[in-house]
Amino acid sequence: MSVITIERKVLEKNDQIARQNRELFQQHHVFVFNIVSSPGAGKTSILERTLEELKGSLRIAVVEGDVQTDFDAQRVARYDVPVVQIVTHGGCHLEAGLVRDALDRLELTGLDLLVIENVGNLVCPANYDLGEALKVVVLSTTEGDDKPLKYPTMFRNAAVLIINKVDLLPYVNCDLARLRRNALQINPGLRVFETSCTTKAGIAEWCDWLREQVSRQK
Amino acid sequence: MHELSIAQGIVDIVRQYVPERQGPRVASVRVRIGRLSGVVPDSLEFCFGAIVAGTPYESARLQIERVPTICECADCAKRFETQDPVFLCPSCGGGNVRLVSGTELQVVDLELAESSAEQP
Repeated sequence: MSVITIERKVLEKNDQIARQNRELFQQHHVFVFNIVSSPGAGKTSILERTLEELKGSLRIAVVEGDVQTDFDAQRVARYDVPVVQIVTHGGCHLEAGLVRDALDRLELTGLDLLVIENVGNLVCPANYDLGEALKVVVLSTTEGDDKPLKYPTMFRNAAVLIINKVDLLPYVNCDLARLRRNALQINPGLRVFETSCTTKAGIAEWCDWLREQVSRQK
Repeated sequence: MHELSIAQGIVDIVRQYVPERQGPRVASVRVRIGRLSGVVPDSLEFCFGAIVAGTPYESARLQIERVPTICECADCAKRFETQDPVFLCPSCGGGNVRLVSGTELQVVDLELAESSAEQP
């Protein structure tokens, strides 16, 4: 029997497109983050609060990824920012090629910040580079403080953790200190924010950090 | 369930080495899957089988090599295998640990069937 040596990464095609996306973002001096979480953690709500806070001072666009519907794009469009919806029709994550196609419908020139909202899923999106500068993982207090240990790859690959729904802490069985400890054990470099989209706690701090990232990109 | 797109990626790579028409038959495809890659081997095998069914690659079996999670302590240089999500050095207890292997997702090689005379 003859053997053909291959030794290639399965995701090389995705990684190659992601590199091209990243170059494109850098050329346009756009800061791009990929926001990931399980379904219902509050990605879109955080995005809405972020748009309220930053829309006046930064030029922002959004790429929305969902399995079905353009509900999230409709929510974001109310803030009068350019938004492109990607419907994956069952696909559990965004891939770099889908983002590249979405970019055809977005003007990057003059943009400061691009947010890519991934499909709600803490497993699959961890493995797919989209060309973003960093991943932001959102975890809500209702999900429990052991999530980082259950889904370590996502927390290891993210640079930022937003602990959302902190206003619900009195009503749920979630130990905030333990949640932080679990997350930081998986990834000591994580930058952690605590937010509530209802009371707007922590949103200003998160947005200040974002402004800083945007100005570094210029 | 992203194993379907991973399996498709494997078949796409195989296609670049063995042409779909008049190519030799592929007996097996060896892949290396790290324990931290987020890929479930059973699902991957299932998806691979579903993709190649009814194609010239139908005869190919997927051989999965699992790669353990190996870490190296940045403080005391101890190398260790772990199955724990938190990487802690068993020697000095430190958490300043570098990942050596475990995230692999690679096509290693493929094996061609004895002769193309077997083709119908």
